[in-house]
Amino acid sequence: MKDTLDSPLVGRSVARVEDPALLSGRGRYIDDLPVAAGTLALAFVRSPHGHADIRSVDIDEAQRAQGVVAVITGQEVAARTRSMTVGVKADVDCWPMAIDRVRYVGEPVAMIVATDRYLAEDAADLVVVDYAPLGVVVDPVAALSEDAPVLHPSLGGNLINERRFRYGDPEAAFDAVPHRIGIDVTYPRSACTPIETYGVIASYEPGEDAYDVTANFQGPFSIHAVVARSLNVPGNRLRLRTPPDSGGSFGIKQGVFPYMILAGIAARVAGAPVKWIEDRLEHLSASVSATNRQTRIEAAVEADGRITALDWDQIEDCGAHLRAPEPATLYRMHGNMTGAYDIPNLAIRNRVVLTNKTPTGLNRGFGGPQIYFALERLMDAIARQLGLDRLEVIRRNLIPADAFPYRTASGALYDSGDYEAAMDRAVTEGGLAELYARRDKARAEGRRYGIGFACVVEPSVSNMGYITTVLTPEERAKAGPKNGAQATATIAIDPLGSVTVKVASVPQGQGHRTVLAQVVADKLGVPMAAVRVLADVDTMRDAWSIASGNYASRFAPAVAGATEIAATRLRDKLAKVAAAQLNIAPEDVSFAAGRIAAKGNPDNSLSFARVAATAHWSPGTLPDSVDQTLRETVFWSPPGLKAPTAEDGINSSLCHGFIFDFCGIEIDPETAEPKIDRYVTMHDCGRILHPAMVDGQVRGGFAQAVGAAFLEEYAYGEDGSFQSGTLADYLLPTVMEVPDPVILHHVTPSPFTPLGAKGVGEGNCMSTPVCIANAVADALAPEGKAPDIVLPVTAAKLAPRIFGDEPNPKNPVPETEVGPTTGGRKLTGEGRAVVKASRADVWQMLLDPATLDAIIPGSHGVQKISETHFKADVTLGVGPVRSRYKADIELSDLDPPNAVTLSGQAAGPLGTGGGHGRITLTDTEDGTEIAYRYEAEIGGKVASVGGRLLDGAAKVVIGEFFRALARHCGGSARSGLLARLIGLVDRIRKGGRS
Amino acid sequence: MKPAPFDYVAATEMSEALDALHQGGTEARVIAGGQSLVPMLNMRLARPAMLVDITRIPELSRIEAKGDQVTIGAAVRQSALERWPDLADRLPLVRAALPWVGHAQLRNRGTVCGSVAHADPSAELPLCLIALGGNVTLRSRRKTRTVAARDFFQGMMSTDLAPGEMIVSVAFPARKDGTGFAFREVARRHGDFAIVACAATARPDGTATLAVGGVADTPATLDLPADMADLDDRLNEFAWHLQARDDLHATARYRRDLVRRLGHTTLKEALSCRD
Repeated sequence: MKDTLDSPLVGRSVARVEDPALLSGRGRYIDDLPVAAGTLALAFVRSPHGHADIRSVDIDEAQRAQGVVAVITGQEVAARTRSMTVGVKADVDCWPMAIDRVRYVGEPVAMIVATDRYLAEDAADLVVVDYAPLGVVVDPVAALSEDAPVLHPSLGGNLINERRFRYGDPEAAFDAVPHRIGIDVTYPRSACTPIETYGVIASYEPGEDAYDVTANFQGPFSIHAVVARSLNVPGNRLRLRTPPDSGGSFGIKQGVFPYMILAGIAARVAGAPVKWIEDRLEHLSASVSATNRQTRIEAAVEADGRITALDWDQIEDCGAHLRAPEPATLYRMHGNMTGAYDIPNLAIRNRVVLTNKTPTGLNRGFGGPQIYFALERLMDAIARQLGLDRLEVIRRNLIPADAFPYRTASGALYDSGDYEAAMDRAVTEGGLAELYARRDKARAEGRRYGIGFACVVEPSVSNMGYITTVLTPEERAKAGPKNGAQATATIAIDPLGSVTVKVASVPQGQGHRTVLAQVVADKLGVPMAAVRVLADVDTMRDAWSIASGNYASRFAPAVAGATEIAATRLRDKLAKVAAAQLNIAPEDVSFAAGRIAAKGNPDNSLSFARVAATAHWSPGTLPDSVDQTLRETVFWSPPGLKAPTAEDGINSSLCHGFIFDFCGIEIDPETAEPKIDRYVTMHDCGRILHPAMVDGQVRGGFAQAVGAAFLEEYAYGEDGSFQSGTLADYLLPTVMEVPDPVILHHVTPSPFTPLGAKGVGEGNCMSTPVCIANAVADALAPEGKAPDIVLPVTAAKLAPRIFGDEPNPKNPVPETEVGPTTGGRKLTGEGRAVVKASRADVWQMLLDPATLDAIIPGSHGVQKISETHFKADVTLGVGPVRSRYKADIELSDLDPPNAVTLSGQAAGPLGTGGGHGRITLTDTEDGTEIAYRYEAEIGGKVASVGGRLLDGAAKVVIGEFFRALARHCGGSARSGLLARLIGLVDRIRKGGRS
Repeated sequence: MKPAPFDYVAATEMSEALDALHQGGTEARVIAGGQSLVPMLNMRLARPAMLVDITRIPELSRIEAKGDQVTIGAAVRQSALERWPDLADRLPLVRAALPWVGHAQLRNRGTVCGSVAHADPSAELPLCLIALGGNVTLRSRRKTRTVAARDFFQGMMSTDLAPGEMIVSVAFPARKDGTGFAFREVARRHGDFAIVACAATARPDGTATLAVGGVADTPATLDLPADMADLDDRLNEFAWHLQARDDLHATARYRRDLVRRLGHTTLKEALSCRD
C-alpha cells in the first residue's frame, strides 16, 4: 500500500518493514547468527523414565569419545548453581538438570560439550545412567490421592499450593436462587508450537566472572533475575541478548531459561562458548506445555438464566517442577473469572499439583483456554437445563455498556466495551440467521449439525503483581508489594537527523517494527522509511525492566503506548527548538512531510533533519527550556495496576478486550469427522493500529485453537511415557484443516492506554476451543443434558455417538479380548508356535543360556546369574529400526515342563521396556505347542516417536524368537500345505493390542 | 537429532550397488528417496553401518508398460509416476491413491519402491500393490527373484527382503476392460498416516476385492462374490478379524467402523465405475 503523508499511518495496513528480509530468506534467527571461533556444540542426555531414582551416572566412556570436551552431570551443575526460584512458599528445589531423581520423560540428566553436534550426540549415547524406576502419576486428580507416588518427598505430597478465595457472598447467593447448575471439565495438555525450536549461545568470561547468553527468549525479563540468581552472579554479570528475528514463540520461548543456565555452566566448564539448538523431539517432550486442568464449576442461577454467583474448583497440573513464573497460568485470569458477565459473587478454590509430565509455562492464551472452556460450557449447560435460548442466557448476563469501567468481583477493572452491541452486530453481520437455516435444513435431512457460541473477555498487559495472588495476604505483606508493568521505549536522533526507535519487546513475527515506525512517523511528521526500529534486547545496553518482553499481548497497548509517549515528548522538545528558529510560538509548530513548519504558513519551515540534529551540531543554540533532543527514553507503567488488596482483589490486567464467536459444525455421517462449516469471530480490541496485522493475529490464534480443538494433545501413557514426540504424533493444523474465519470488529478504545489499543494476540486461543466444543455438543445432542466434550474432538471419540452400538462378529475373533482400553501404552499380545520337539526338550531349551543365545535373534550373549535369573545383551528391532539392549530376565511360577513366567527389564539407547509373559507348553501329535501371552510397557525415545508402530514391532520381535526356536527344533512340526495354513493362522492369531 | 556415523555408497551401476549390499549384509540399507529412512537415521532409530544410494542407477528410473503390467523401477519418484501420462488409463487405482501419499513435497523425493520396501502398514502404495495382485522383483549378487505382493509383506515394516538383496522394481497389473477401481482414506489430517485406507477393485463379472490398510500389520484383502446381499455382514467379520488396535489417533472400534463404512462405499464405487 502506498504511504501518503497527508493521512495518518496508524490505522492503515501499511506494508510491513520486516517482510523484505523475512520473505527473501534473510531473517536473522538464532541459528543464523555468527558465533565466536572455537564455539562448541552442546547436547543432552535425557531421561527415558517418567519417574526414577538415579543410582549412578557413568560418564567415563563418553568423556573419552572423539571430540568430547566436557561431560557434565546434574551433580556438577548443582555444585555451580543455586536452585531456581519457585513462585510459591514451599519446601522444594527446582534444578535445571536432574540430580538424584528424574521426574519426567525428557528431563536433562547430563550434557555433552563436543566439537560438533554429531560427536556430542555420539557421546551422549555412551553415558550410562542406572535408573531405579519409581511409581508414576500423570493425572492431576490421582496425584492428590493419599497413595499417589510423591514426586518431591520434601513436599510430603504432590499438592504444592492451595488457596481459597471468596468475593461478595457466594453462599447466600446460592441459597437465594432456584438453580445450582454445575459441570466438570477436563482440559488437556497442548501447546502452540513454533517452527523454530529453542536455541542458546553462551560464553563465560572468567576475568569478569560474567556470563554472556544469547537465546531466543521472549521475556518476561523477570526471568533474568531467576537465571542470574541461579548462576550465582549479580544481574550485571549476566548479559542476556536476543536475536533480531524469532521463528515463533507463542509464549513457549519463555521456557528456554533453564537452558540458559545449563549452557552458561557448560561454557564455563568447557572453557569455550557453546551453542545448542533444540531438536524437535526435545522440543515436544521437554520444552514447556500449557497446563492441563480439572475443573468443577457451579453457578447460582435465577429462573430467567441470570447468574448471581460462580463457584470454581480448579486443579492445575504444572508437571514435574513448578518453574517460574508458574503457577501463573492459574492466576493470570484471576481478575476476570466471571468473564463477560456481571456476576457479583464468586468463590474460587485453586490447587496446584505436580505430576510426572513436562513442566508447564507460558502459552498463547495463558490460562484463558482453561477457564473459558469451563465457563462457556457451563453457559451451554444452563441454557439446556432451563430450556432457554443459548444466546439469550449470554445476553441476560452481559456486563451492560454503561457499567464501564467495570470492577469485577475479584478486582479487575475492565477498561471499556459495549458487549451487547458487539454481539448484536456479530449476529447480524456474521449471518447467524442463515446459519440457523443451514442447521434446520441439515437436521431435516438427518445430518448432524450444531451451532456453538462463546463469549470471552481477553485480558492483556499483565500486572506483574497478579502472580502474588497465589500467596496469602500475610505472605505478600512479608515479601513486599509486587505490581505494575513497565514498558520502555527509546527514541534517538543521530547527527543526520534520522530517527531510531528501540524497544525491549522481542517480537516473534508480529510486526512490532512496522507499527512503531507508523506511530513515530505520524508523530514526527516524517515518512515511515525515515524511522528505523530495533526490537531485539541486550540487557547490558538497553533500557529494560522485569516486564520487558513479548507476552500477555502487551505490545500495542503498552510498548506502542510507551513509544507514543516518547515520541510526544521528543516532538514537544523539537517544537521548542524549531519555534526559536522559526520565530513562532511552540504551539504554532506543525510536523508534516519531513518538515517542521509554522501552522498556516508552510513557507516558514525547516527540514525535520536539520532541527532534529541541532542538539548534535550546535547544542549551544538550544532554547534554555530544552536539555537535549538526542535521545528520549520513556518508562511507562499503567497506574491502575496495583498490588493485590488485603481481600485478594487483583486487577490482573490493564486491558480487557471482548470476543463473541459463533460457528456451525457438521459431523460427517460416514466417517464421524467434524468439520467447521462457518466460523464468525467478533473482536473489540480497542483502537486498531494496523488492521491487516490485527486480522493476522486473529487468524493465527484461530488456527492454533482449531489445532487444540481437533488435533493437538501432549499424550502420556500411564507409565509416564511421552507419546507425542514427532509432528506425525503431535498434529498441528495445516492450511487444509483451518477454514477462513469471518472476522468482525467493534471498537471501543481503551481509556487506559496511550493509543487506545488493547491486546489482540491471544483471544481466539481462549474463545475458539470452547465455541467448537459447544457446536459439537449441539450436533451430538441438541437438547437435554450436555454431553461431556474433552478436547481434542476426534472422529474416533465421536464415532460411538454417531454410529451407535457396534455389531458383534458372528464368528468368534481368535484370541482377541474386546474391552475398554486403559489409554496407556501397555502392549499386550499373544500367540502360539508349534515345534517339532518334545515338551521336555523345549523346556530345557528355554532354560538353557547357550540355547537361548543361539536362538534369540540378535543375541550377543546370554549369561546365567542363577537358575532363574539371566542377563542378555540383544539387538532388537523391526525393519531398519534396531538397537542394542541390555536385558535382565527372571523366571518365576515355574511349572516344569508345562509353564513359566518370564519378567524382565530392558534398556538401551532407544528407550526402556519392562514386562512379563507366560509361556505354556502342551503336547501335540508330533511336537509341542508353545503358547505365549505377554504384557509390556515401552518407554523412552521409541515410545515418543514410534507409538503408532510399537504393537506391530513387539509382535515381529516376539514372533522372530519363536520362529527361531522352531527352526532350532528342526522346523515346524508339520510340513507342506498344512504347515503353511497353520503359519497363516498363526500370523493372524499372534494378535496384540494396546 | 543427528545420525550415527555410516558409510555412504552412491552407486551408479547395479553391480556396484549389489556388491555394496553384499558386503554390508544386515548392516547395509538401500536409500532412495529417504523420506522414511532419513528421519529414522536422524532420531538414531536406525543405525545402519552403510547406506547404498541407488538413485543414480539409470535403469532403475524407468516406468515400463509391457503386456498386462506396469513395471516401476526402484528409483522412480512417486511424483514421476503421478506425472506419467498413461497412469489414469493403465493404473487408475494408483492414480486415485497417490494424492494421499504424504504431500507433494514428500512425493517429489519419495520413491514408489521405497514405500513398498518400508512396508508401513498405513502406506497407500503397498495397499494398491496388494489390492491389484502385483509383485516385487528382488535382486542380489547371486540371483533375481519375483515375489507376489501378498507374500512380500510379512509384518509391520517386515518384508521378504533378505540381506544383500534390493528391490529393483515393482509391477502392477494394468487395468483391463470392464473393471472398476476406487480408493478412499481417512486420516487425522490430509497427508497423515491413514487410520484406515480402502482400495477396491471390481471385475466384469461383478466380483470384487477390498484391500484395507492401516488396521492390521500388513494390508489385508477381502474377496467378494458377485452376490453382495450379505456385504455388510462380510465387512463386519472382516473388520473384526483384522484385530484393530488403539493408538493415539484412533480407537480400534473406530477403525472397525471405518472398515465397515468406508469399505462399503469404496466397494460400491468400484463396482459402479466399471468400464
